[in-house]
Amino acid sequence: MTTSVVTGVGVVAPNGLDREAWWQATLDGKSGLGRIGRFDPSRYPVQIAGEAFGFDPADHAPQRLVSETDAMTQYAFGATNEALADAVVRPEDFSDLEMAVITANSSGGVEFGQRELQKLYADGPQAVGAYMSIAWFYAATTGQLSIRHGMRGPCGVLCSEQAGGLDVLAQARRVLAKGTRLVVSGGTDASLSPYGLVCQLATGRLSTRARPDRAFIPFDPEAGGYVPGEGGAILVVEDLDEARARGAERIYGEIAGYAATFDPRPGSGRPPGLRRAAELALADAGTLPDAVDVVFADGHGVPELDRAEAEALTALFGAEGVPVSVPKTMTGRLYAGGAPLDVAAALLALRDQVIPPSVNARPDPGYRLDLVTHSPRKARLRTALVLARGYGGFNAAVVVRSV
Amino acid sequence: MTARAVITGIGVVAPGQPGRENFWEMVVKGRTATRRITLFDPAPFRSRIGAECDFDPEQNGLTYQEIARTDRAGQFAIVAAREAVADSGIDLGTEEPHRIGVSVGNGVGNAISMEQEYRKVSDNGRQWLVDQGYMVPHLYSYVMSSSLATEVAWATGAEGPTTVVSSGCCAGIDAVGYAVDLIREGSAEVMMAGATDAPIYPITVSCFDTLRASSTSNDDPEHACRPFDLRRNGLVLGEGSAVFVIEELEHARRRGARIYCEVAGYSARANGYHMTGLRPDGREMGEAITAALDEARINPDEIDYANAHGSGTRQNDRHETAAYKRSLGEHAYRIPVSSIKSMVGHSLGSIGSIEIAASALSIDRGTVPPTANYEERDPECDLDYVPGTAREADLDVVLSVGSGFGGFQSAVVLTSPRRIR
Repeated sequence: MTTSVVTGVGVVAPNGLDREAWWQATLDGKSGLGRIGRFDPSRYPVQIAGEAFGFDPADHAPQRLVSETDAMTQYAFGATNEALADAVVRPEDFSDLEMAVITANSSGGVEFGQRELQKLYADGPQAVGAYMSIAWFYAATTGQLSIRHGMRGPCGVLCSEQAGGLDVLAQARRVLAKGTRLVVSGGTDASLSPYGLVCQLATGRLSTRARPDRAFIPFDPEAGGYVPGEGGAILVVEDLDEARARGAERIYGEIAGYAATFDPRPGSGRPPGLRRAAELALADAGTLPDAVDVVFADGHGVPELDRAEAEALTALFGAEGVPVSVPKTMTGRLYAGGAPLDVAAALLALRDQVIPPSVNARPDPGYRLDLVTHSPRKARLRTALVLARGYGGFNAAVVVRSV
Repeated sequence: MTARAVITGIGVVAPGQPGRENFWEMVVKGRTATRRITLFDPAPFRSRIGAECDFDPEQNGLTYQEIARTDRAGQFAIVAAREAVADSGIDLGTEEPHRIGVSVGNGVGNAISMEQEYRKVSDNGRQWLVDQGYMVPHLYSYVMSSSLATEVAWATGAEGPTTVVSSGCCAGIDAVGYAVDLIREGSAEVMMAGATDAPIYPITVSCFDTLRASSTSNDDPEHACRPFDLRRNGLVLGEGSAVFVIEELEHARRRGARIYCEVAGYSARANGYHMTGLRPDGREMGEAITAALDEARINPDEIDYANAHGSGTRQNDRHETAAYKRSLGEHAYRIPVSSIKSMVGHSLGSIGSIEIAASALSIDRGTVPPTANYEERDPECDLDYVPGTAREADLDVVLSVGSGFGGFQSAVVLTSPRRIR
């Protein structure tokens, strides 16, 4: 039986461009939300987003790779470098077939794609660049990471919007069980080009509030949508015994349980699947709800979705039965990058025995949640549950546990 | 390993007429569906050839709402999924919804809709700051590929683990491999697994033009895709979907299901070398084949037929031929190796599943489909490529392989129900 553990964490987030900067900002309640700066958002009803300001891809990859990639992949270059350094992975400890890359993706390299579509229609087919074929598609990040780091094992790409970031960790666990020794997993997304934003506007779920501190307030009676963000997290996942045998310096925790479900089709009258995903993940981890010390909620910020999640949590844990945190109030929803960042938050919470706050949200008492709001809360933490929902009906849950 | 996964239903929307039997008839007769592109005016493009589906969503039973909210890729998938369910005889209404999962392979998402809608909001490429006044309600579903899995789940009532597998041109194999893993570990009893893609539109055609990877036989589109032939000059883009009902073996037996084959082994490998390049030595695909055989506990000399990736590029043909020799040894010379891409083109993320459909049907019908257009031997490619005419053969073990951008290689091993004890 394989025990899959995380030995390295890399982060690029709107409120911190590396792991420790992001974590400190998160504990300090410093938000990365602000007015969109990559383009002039004046004409759009949504002007607040979580952008990774100051991230310079040239710090993380040679110019050749920067030219042939979208920002979504460039964030992964940065986060992967950090995660591999954190795990102190020495290439000589692994053969290339013993390592794999499995990332989540949601909307592809939208900014790169918009630029090439513009060339196509403004200037004709000959103007389309050679890198469009490898930069835009959903598999771009896994492919580039696999080549860059010489990881030739069973690679993969899963897309289930925000839930996909948990699905890939389960897939990492599967390939470890089949004999791969190290998996680079997680996800990064960047969908904040004008076309990317307009695509997201179509859901009607984005917050149109102008004040960054009121724009994304999940579980708040005034919740009015979510803020989109960019970035994500990359994790190094290994088998526990293998990690110990090679002298891995830090074991953040075990990916102890996982499950995914899908909501019934609209109009069926059947209940949504989030609660069942959480129950199955706890069962998979061999854990009862009362052993869970903290929940990192999906925290959508859309009232009916907040209510559904609160009902799932109170059904599982009782009224105010477990501390709940939504640190994504400081980053926005990062799509494929969002759930891996929540797992990173859960692992660092276990490391530092502290629950990060869900700044700006003042929970609706009717939800009966113990939401950790303004400041971090010290707590004895061993087991955390991370929830994610993806647009279109996807639910996933992961249990992480101290080793 | 405890649970085993078997294919009990097959649905296909392939170039030419939709439907599994139309597809099978076309490929065993060696007919090609490659033609001058009709989905848009291809005149300004270097390659003007595609393998298109003659597909009418209404005639194929889609509801008005399904048509209104889905891209062509989603429509293919819904139709293929329904055909697979009908073929399997499974009554999904009596199955536990949360024991049914969905795994849809895909390469380029809802590419046609994404591009069409881009033109509207950008005033045909004139505005970087696109105009949301022209945004359609389902636009977000077009930018994400995951909406394709949503459609298949809604069409089948699945409430178990559901995702899109998007590993480029290997996705059609990887989605089946993913489904098999979920069944083996007990996360689902029934998987709606397969793939869909509809890439024949200007941006994708431009990409392959730029790479000079697509065929320029614009004056002879019916014979444009010539895998393993000395005069090959590139791939021909295709489109379509194949979806399977994959079941846990005992589940299939309990309901007396007809079993096409077992998915006995699967593996994926990466080349770690180049996003679009392949080395001529066949190393990475050979490794994928060996690993899939290992998982299936099958010896290389037990393979009866290799359903090839055979995209029609020189780079692939050399790599793939070398891969068979590396992984199968002398046995590579003794088995038929054929590429249906000569007839149905390369539908990117979907083709792996369409080729698995052909492989499963080849076992079921005892027939090896040919490689169409194969005429002139390439000294670098010296295997038996089944030129032009199908062959009858008793097939117990069939290998199907794929290779794609990102450096991915995948292989799957299917075995006849005769081998299930």
